[in-house]
Amino acid sequence: MFHRFRGGVHPPDMKAATRHKPVETLPPPERVILPMSMHEGSPCEPVVRPDQEIFMGQIIADSAAVVSSPIHSPVSGRVQSIELHPHPNGTRVLSIFIENDGRDIPHESIHPKGSVESLTSEQLLRAIRDAGIVGMGGVAYPAHVKIAAARGKCETVVINAAESEPYITSDHRLMLEAPEEILGGLRVLMKLLEPKRAVIAVESNKRDAAEALRRTLPGKTKIELVTLRARYPQGSERQIVKSITGRETPPGELPSDIGCAVFNAATAAALHRAVTTGQPLVRRIVTVSGSAVANAKNLDVRFGTPLADIFKATGGFREPPAKVMMGGPMMGVAQHDLSAPLIKGCGALIAFAKGDVPAKGDEICIRCGRCVGVCPAHLLPIYLYMNERNNRLKELERLRLNDCIECGACAYICPGRLHLVHSMVTGKQKLASVKKEAG
Amino acid sequence: MDEQLTVSASPHIRAEESTRSVMLDMLIVLSIAPLPLAVYFFGWRSLSITLLSVTCCVVFEYLYRKLLKKPNSLGDLSAPVTGMLFAFTLPVTAPYWLVALGAFFAVVVVKQLYGGLGKNFLNPALSARVFLSGFASLAVYVRPLLEEGERVPVLGPFNAAAVAQATPLSVLKDAEQLSLNGLPLNVFSWQDLFFGQIPGNIGEVSAAVLLLGGLYLLIRRVIRLRIPLAFLGTVALLTFLFPRGLPEGDTVSLWIFNTSVDYMLFHLLSGGLILGAVFMATDYATGPVTPRGQWIFGVGCGALTVFIRTFGAVAEGVWYAILLMNTVVWLLDRTCAPRRFGRRWLRRE
Repeated sequence: MFHRFRGGVHPPDMKAATRHKPVETLPPPERVILPMSMHEGSPCEPVVRPDQEIFMGQIIADSAAVVSSPIHSPVSGRVQSIELHPHPNGTRVLSIFIENDGRDIPHESIHPKGSVESLTSEQLLRAIRDAGIVGMGGVAYPAHVKIAAARGKCETVVINAAESEPYITSDHRLMLEAPEEILGGLRVLMKLLEPKRAVIAVESNKRDAAEALRRTLPGKTKIELVTLRARYPQGSERQIVKSITGRETPPGELPSDIGCAVFNAATAAALHRAVTTGQPLVRRIVTVSGSAVANAKNLDVRFGTPLADIFKATGGFREPPAKVMMGGPMMGVAQHDLSAPLIKGCGALIAFAKGDVPAKGDEICIRCGRCVGVCPAHLLPIYLYMNERNNRLKELERLRLNDCIECGACAYICPGRLHLVHSMVTGKQKLASVKKEAG
Repeated sequence: MDEQLTVSASPHIRAEESTRSVMLDMLIVLSIAPLPLAVYFFGWRSLSITLLSVTCCVVFEYLYRKLLKKPNSLGDLSAPVTGMLFAFTLPVTAPYWLVALGAFFAVVVVKQLYGGLGKNFLNPALSARVFLSGFASLAVYVRPLLEEGERVPVLGPFNAAAVAQATPLSVLKDAEQLSLNGLPLNVFSWQDLFFGQIPGNIGEVSAAVLLLGGLYLLIRRVIRLRIPLAFLGTVALLTFLFPRGLPEGDTVSLWIFNTSVDYMLFHLLSGGLILGAVFMATDYATGPVTPRGQWIFGVGCGALTVFIRTFGAVAEGVWYAILLMNTVVWLLDRTCAPRRFGRRWLRRE
């Protein structure tokens, strides 16, 4: 039996368009735009000024806050300006514009940090922080903070290569093309966390990737390759921990509180590169796909590249896109301005033609209960929806709205086409504002 | 170009299944399985009753929403489903005006007055049937497979008394109440009971066809197994454990069944049990939404059915059992929520 969690859905995976396409490197654009908030946590402050010469990999923004991560220049060149610019999250964020001189001259700080064995844990953590590494599965939580929080109590470290969102194959390609980087990253984590178990988790629909990893594993190793049932949201942190260890992360706690630390496969590869080559996080693999895209591709893109440029590089649109998402179609963020730049947590850009955008219609709940059956957080989305609509906030609390992980399984399956996730998010905001007023 | 981009909350894809497709599946099952069999057993009047019921439901729903200036809801196809289910609970002798009255009660009083699809808390088809159960003309059942001349005609008068026959359940009820020794139920063979060659309401007689239809709905995931299984399982268990009409030693007081398995099978195959368990108790709007609630709901339906069939003055208890359980669905939903994620795993010390 595959490892499993309760609930979930299995949408058509749509990965065939890109799963066999080797990653192509996209040349950096003439100008990159780096928002001060590319991660979860406190935004950075620019540490460069306009007209300053910049080297590739140089830190251009940083923060003294604990939960934050520095931002590096993905190109060498000159700072053009620092101003507000559209961010993929829909707001406008202070961003550094850098003119690319096309020479990619590396900054002096980029050099191998030494072998994993020779470095102390403190040196490793320092290197990870300085490289600006954040979770690359979507939330972009600073990796050094997560590792520090899990140290001393970690029993199981998990490399999350589930990639359960439809369309996305960026981690799949990474496993096929650079499995040694993922394993290298896992070794860094094992040194830092000293876990009893080290697991690489792959969904059952990516057997070739699992095979590539298996071939890379040394003969004798304690690293386990685990096959997960292909089911969304298998890649969600709490669900993957449940699938692998059988443990459920208690409400209000983190997987680290029950001895688990989960890192995305691309994050692991970035850790490996940061230690062995000293390269900070300035690029990532992005799946560009969807019915409006002329040629679906996997691209290696520098951060700060405008989304429009990325689509252009794949050959543009087959027809005018009706919807563009950063991330997968289940949890991705709809974009309204394609001048927004690529940021660290974005593994996919999906563009839908008109026919793939569900038509607006009446929302009628027929009480079929499918949302209850698929909710991986064990909630009653139907009642959360009704109570949110009627502003019954006490009920929202009793029904544990804040346990909702917003995976979208309920809204996906709903035959009445209710906008359930929208309702959950609105309900959470209502609860938060009431709490604020109460002091 | 950017102005044309739709911005909406995730998820950006939806499953193909819609309310309409779910209802369409129900309509397909009801019209290809029990309906032709009803026509075969009871004649064309089964079809005309069904068509009238469906038409009335559709027209009443349309008119009600038109008059109250609410959006037209016929597209969801729930009105014809109610129409078919209601017709299936009627005997072939039902007068047309009662069919129309029942359809009005189902769609307007039980469904639309409570807000329409998904808001009603009683099953519309069953409520309408129970609403009409006082009419003596709906208690007349005829033998199946009558000769052409004897059949109840689509139009025109008929002499029901000449072809009337009691349903298996009422034969049993009479036998029990009157303690009629040796009033045998063996006028109905097991095959008759299974395939439906018995007197009864037009859509409920054939266990075989209804179970096949249920299988289709299960495979299409329109219904889940929990409620039918709990419902039928409870009826089976209770009738097996507490059989009546078995030989008791030497005194043969009421000897109808040879073993308790006979008694159990008789109850499972007669009356509206399978129609109710597969097609009525699984109604979304009037059933619980949580897995545990659905198990309890099914068990409750089964227990009440056996209770009414055993101790009630009426022979059949399925309709009442389902409607009674409909009224406690809010309680089941409130108390049977899934276990909170992470509750089992308290913090390690």
